Amino acid sequence: MAIAAPARPAVPPTALDVEAVRADFPILGTPVHGRRLVYLDSAASSQKPRQVIDAERTFYETSYANIHRGVYELSARATEAYDESRVRVGRYLGARHPHEIIFTRGTTDGINLVAQSFVRPRLRPGDEILITALEHHSNIVPWQLAAAATGAVLRVAPVSERGELELDAFEALIGPKTRFVAVAHVSNALGTVNPVAAMIEMAHAGGVPVLLDGAQAAPHLPVDLAGLGADFFACSAHKMYGPTGIGVLYGREELLDAMPPVQGGGDMIATVTFEKSTWAPLPAKFEAGTPHIAGAVGLGAAVDYIEGLGRDAVAAHEHELLTYATARLADLPGVTVVGQASEKASVLSFTMSGIHPHDIGTVLDSVGVCVRAGHHCAQPLMQRLGLVATARASFAAYNTRSDVDALADGLERVRAVFA
Amino acid sequence: MATMSELYQTVILDHNRTPRNYRAMPEATRQAEGFNPLCGDKVHVWLKVSGDGRIEDVSFQGEGCAISKASSSIMTQTVKGKSVEEARALFEEFHEVVTGKSPGEGHGKMAVFAGVSAFPMRVKCAILGWHALRAALERPDAVVSTE
Repeated sequence: MAIAAPARPAVPPTALDVEAVRADFPILGTPVHGRRLVYLDSAASSQKPRQVIDAERTFYETSYANIHRGVYELSARATEAYDESRVRVGRYLGARHPHEIIFTRGTTDGINLVAQSFVRPRLRPGDEILITALEHHSNIVPWQLAAAATGAVLRVAPVSERGELELDAFEALIGPKTRFVAVAHVSNALGTVNPVAAMIEMAHAGGVPVLLDGAQAAPHLPVDLAGLGADFFACSAHKMYGPTGIGVLYGREELLDAMPPVQGGGDMIATVTFEKSTWAPLPAKFEAGTPHIAGAVGLGAAVDYIEGLGRDAVAAHEHELLTYATARLADLPGVTVVGQASEKASVLSFTMSGIHPHDIGTVLDSVGVCVRAGHHCAQPLMQRLGLVATARASFAAYNTRSDVDALADGLERVRAVFA
Repeated sequence: MATMSELYQTVILDHNRTPRNYRAMPEATRQAEGFNPLCGDKVHVWLKVSGDGRIEDVSFQGEGCAISKASSSIMTQTVKGKSVEEARALFEEFHEVVTGKSPGEGHGKMAVFAGVSAFPMRVKCAILGWHALRAALERPDAVVSTE
């Protein structure tokens, strides 16, 4: 089955009706410490709209059974809902075929699948895997495991003080021993948008396949994987208004077809005897056992939700908030924005002189503002920038300028506590 | 919730700004490093323990928040001059204080950390330096994690 052309219309972005968006998120009406909730940690996990919550509940209440098994009506309905979500997600990410979409537990699970099934069997001692200094631990450690098992070496493309990839150095690191490139599409710690189209072109010029860690890109940027030529792309539903415990690995059909399964079990086989088993075709080959069926239904509702808002409209709204927040924080004494890449998406990392990010986070929490404080699972990047930790505000479709104002007021309060 | 002034008491802010015994100790007889892998904070504790098991000197250095830095600073003041056994008992007492089971009175400035018990996410910050102390008391060169 082929996927029709992307449904995204080529019209200019329409402005987002943020108050209508906010009304879709029940949790935003829940006070924290008696204050209005100001949720600025969507890069860690986004909140869920009623449409996603309702889709899962309705599925459990009206259509739930195990999939691909029963001959009865309910199982057929559940199977249809599960498969239909795969089609929607494939369209959302710009896959050529729905079976290029593998449901996983999340981004980490998808990256590990590629590391173990695709990359590890191709590695010989001295071979190289190329990543960047911006990566999340989940796009570092799986490659270290594959390298340790084979004698391969991890190479790291440098980033500048501004938090931008040094593209020339990246290209120079692609050599005859490079077997694989794995890079973040968008940095979770700094918000840097990597020039992935150019990076893929450079890697492919050397015959090297590329995985994009799309955890931060999938919720915030229009993504067209077939157009980009990405070989693999991994993302998590819970960062894109969907449920926890489910994510997506996209892989080009011919690559996935040639890869061995990582987990054996039910649903992933064609035939089983005690002498030998054969594998089911894609995508079932990589989905052993009963999957997170309701999670897939919730993810399908989540991508529908984002498309309903308009991905360009969401991206434009978040960009406007990021610009506004960057300007507000620049006016606060002692506050330094960390990461000044020319292309950024929805993440604002910062420090305050003499005040540790944890203390910033605790004081902000006391006024209802939720931010992340710490190393953001990117310790090597923090070391590169000479930092132990930052505070991070991150934005989603439901955030407003008044959320940013609450952050700025909260930072004044932080300053007062530690004055 | 408890207020910011209950957590960030004046004594804590003072020790954060001006940590006591904040130095390396080349002549230490025991030392340990403590890490909090969740947040990346770390502390290094040095001890000089006499032949009869008394803590003659204690110092620390590290990266951490106000709670963690002040707690390590006050820990050094609290255990200096105490026996190894007394220091172990003080660790237990401090644990009771930050988990809300004891007011911590009668142990120097320890009581100022009672407010931490209302902030469960911050208990590990408060106890990091004490964990490193205990590790140094158990083994001469230890690395300990809060996890």
